[in-house]
Amino acid sequence: MGNFDLLMTGFGIAITPMHLMLMVCGVLMGLVVGVLPGLGAPNGVSLLIPLTFTLDPTSAIILLSSMYWGALFGGSTTSILFNIPGEPSSVATTFDGYPMAQSGQSTRALTLAFMSAGIGALMGVIVITLLAGWASNFALRFGAPEYFAVYFLAFAAFIGMGSASPAKTMVSLTVGLLLASVGMDTVTGEIRLTYGFSELLGGISFLVVVIGLFGIGELLATVQEGLRFRGVASRIHLRDVFRTIAELPRYWATTLRSGLIGIWMGITPGGPTAASFMSYGIARQASRKGAAFGTGRPEGIVAPETADHSAGTCAMLPMLALGVPSSATAAVMMGGLMIWGLTPGPMLFATKPDFVWGLIASMYISNIVGVILVLATVPLFAAMLRIPFAIIGPMIVAICFVGAYTVGSSTFDLWLVLLFGLVGYLFNKLDYPLAPLVLAMVLGHKAENAFHQSMLLSDGSLGIFFANPLVSSIMVVGLALLIVPKLLQLGARLRRPATVE
Amino acid sequence: MTNIKTGLLAATAVLLAAPAFAEWAPERPLEFIVASGAGGGTDNFARTIQAAITRGDVIEQPIVVLNKGGGSGAEAFLYAKQNAENPHKLIFGTNNVYLLPHVAKLAYEAKDLQPVAALALDEFLIWVKADSPYQTAMDMIEAAKAAPGTIVFGGSQSKDTDETLVALIEQTTGAEFKYVPFNGGGEVGVQLAGGHVAANVNNPNENLGQWQAGAIRPLCVFAPQRMAESAPIQGEMGWHDIPTCKEQGLDIESYQMPRTVWLPAGTPPEVLAYYEAALQKVSESQEWQDYLTKTSQSAAFLTGDALASFIAKSEGDTVKVFEAEGWSAK
Repeated sequence: MGNFDLLMTGFGIAITPMHLMLMVCGVLMGLVVGVLPGLGAPNGVSLLIPLTFTLDPTSAIILLSSMYWGALFGGSTTSILFNIPGEPSSVATTFDGYPMAQSGQSTRALTLAFMSAGIGALMGVIVITLLAGWASNFALRFGAPEYFAVYFLAFAAFIGMGSASPAKTMVSLTVGLLLASVGMDTVTGEIRLTYGFSELLGGISFLVVVIGLFGIGELLATVQEGLRFRGVASRIHLRDVFRTIAELPRYWATTLRSGLIGIWMGITPGGPTAASFMSYGIARQASRKGAAFGTGRPEGIVAPETADHSAGTCAMLPMLALGVPSSATAAVMMGGLMIWGLTPGPMLFATKPDFVWGLIASMYISNIVGVILVLATVPLFAAMLRIPFAIIGPMIVAICFVGAYTVGSSTFDLWLVLLFGLVGYLFNKLDYPLAPLVLAMVLGHKAENAFHQSMLLSDGSLGIFFANPLVSSIMVVGLALLIVPKLLQLGARLRRPATVE
Repeated sequence: MTNIKTGLLAATAVLLAAPAFAEWAPERPLEFIVASGAGGGTDNFARTIQAAITRGDVIEQPIVVLNKGGGSGAEAFLYAKQNAENPHKLIFGTNNVYLLPHVAKLAYEAKDLQPVAALALDEFLIWVKADSPYQTAMDMIEAAKAAPGTIVFGGSQSKDTDETLVALIEQTTGAEFKYVPFNGGGEVGVQLAGGHVAANVNNPNENLGQWQAGAIRPLCVFAPQRMAESAPIQGEMGWHDIPTCKEQGLDIESYQMPRTVWLPAGTPPEVLAYYEAALQKVSESQEWQDYLTKTSQSAAFLTGDALASFIAKSEGDTVKVFEAEGWSAK
């Protein structure tokens, strides 16, 4: 149990008044940047990096990672309350979190989200503690074809059992893929679909689109329905928080499954956003009440939140052990590591045990600190829904636009928000699902790159996706998730007319 | 927007009206525009300079760092063009500033930016997996000649410094490789350690971690002389023990990437002089020396004519490679 001793040393380093204070500050600042859509963890962390030059590396990474955890918690808040995801990875939380809050149960929705987030994070840290050495070797086995298989699996898991009509799902998916291909292509270096707008060179920011589609789109729909939020009558009691916590053990299967998905996607760089979508899709397929997903099912909140946080914590492992960040925030922190003079790589665990294990120990503590802090804010946030729409509506508009501007400090993005607000409203009214569009935007470009790289490696043969046991098993699971539900539906449809006649 | 423009024009007019040799100092907070995403090599370069300036009180005004890494950095350079004559924006890049317009149709030209200084030279090495059969660069080139187009080089982008170097090796030796672009040097390092590609041409810093762990090893460095002495990194070997490619018989004298700082074109000469002096102080600071050591880059401080001739030579040599490969956008 060498790892256990090292962890105890780590706790010795992490539990000092200075470090505990840094954790609380980090989590609080993270909450703020997480709640504000657009600002987000990557921006927040890069703003803090210059401040960390005066700290020693261990204190610095504790501050930065605590901020990351806080932002992950905070991102769920606006998803649930206003249908505006504060972080890309909390988009999937809007699907059931927002309907639940709208039905007057905002306290329950927030508590479910925060608690499962905390549990997900702890599962992630435990895996890091136990498997630090093995997991990074596993990640080394992922080349371009394996990456493509993982992205394919994420698409398949989510699309396989969409409740909307297949044609509308295809339209939404295609729009998402088109949007994802704007900008400079990594593999060919060609500039695509920018129509001479230099603002589009870097591609269309996913966050800007999401703020428009969800935030402004939802607001337009609300305005049409009579200028008020339906959640006005929500009761707010601290007792509700505890009652919801007591309800959690019922979802143990969803929690465990989502945690594992998150851990996997965190270690093999798929990222928290992919993890939360995949976990939501699989939870919907696994649930007997799958069709009720999207109307405020608790599993629909537990699944993406658990996966999001376990992936977020596990993303630290490839960053430290391989030098490959699997989330945008991890990329910024890795930049910090290099400035502090630490080289991420397999030897970091051997050469800087104090740093690595201090960080891992702090991940336990700061996530627990985080859960307690955010639970304390639940009544405060839930009360925000009681504010009359005439006041909160304009505030949301302002927050959306400020948020979109912070993403890239570009006024062009403000027009995009307006445009996608209209698109979101139309999709909503015409019953086109938004989720496939969002998923395609997050993973489309990565999947395309991985596919293109695989084709270069194999000289154009698709056989590369079945060339070794690892990649073929991921592909087979993906194909099964895509096809089996459709076959079942088809079977049910064939049987039904027979019984009627 | 119009107000700002008018303001700028007015400010420039005032500056021009002032005596020709007046000292210039920034009157507003500075923007550091980084031509890469957060966490990239160029980002670390800019943030280290920011830290050195703040700690050494070199510049009084506060500094805001903005990442504009879209289109391999083109976003940052277009931004410089849009902010022509603005003395409060510094742009941080590599050789991509003057090379990008050759391979992609972009709405800016290298002359839309004014070079201020180059502060470091990043080296390129050939790396292979630790258990690779190749012991020298020539082993690998002979193998590639025997089986053209089968040995895979991973690189960080398309038509960037990495692919240019691989193309240069091909043109120099007649060997033929397969080049696959990934997303950044870190990712290519892991692809090599995992055995998914046969070799890469990463900068020292990008592969240091995997070399320490003994997963990969360097064959040779593309520099006129060996790198600076260092503590042993893997086994007995340190940076100085890596032979140059020239020593091994690969006829490429040097291939290095400058870390450069630029201003939008059209600022008065005293602005340029001010930043040259400030960056000179940075290059002499302890923070800067630490950064060079930690990232294994070679020290260099080029301004004025030395910088101009460096850029002219680097651009000329690279454009020849582009033309031979048929990459030129014009």
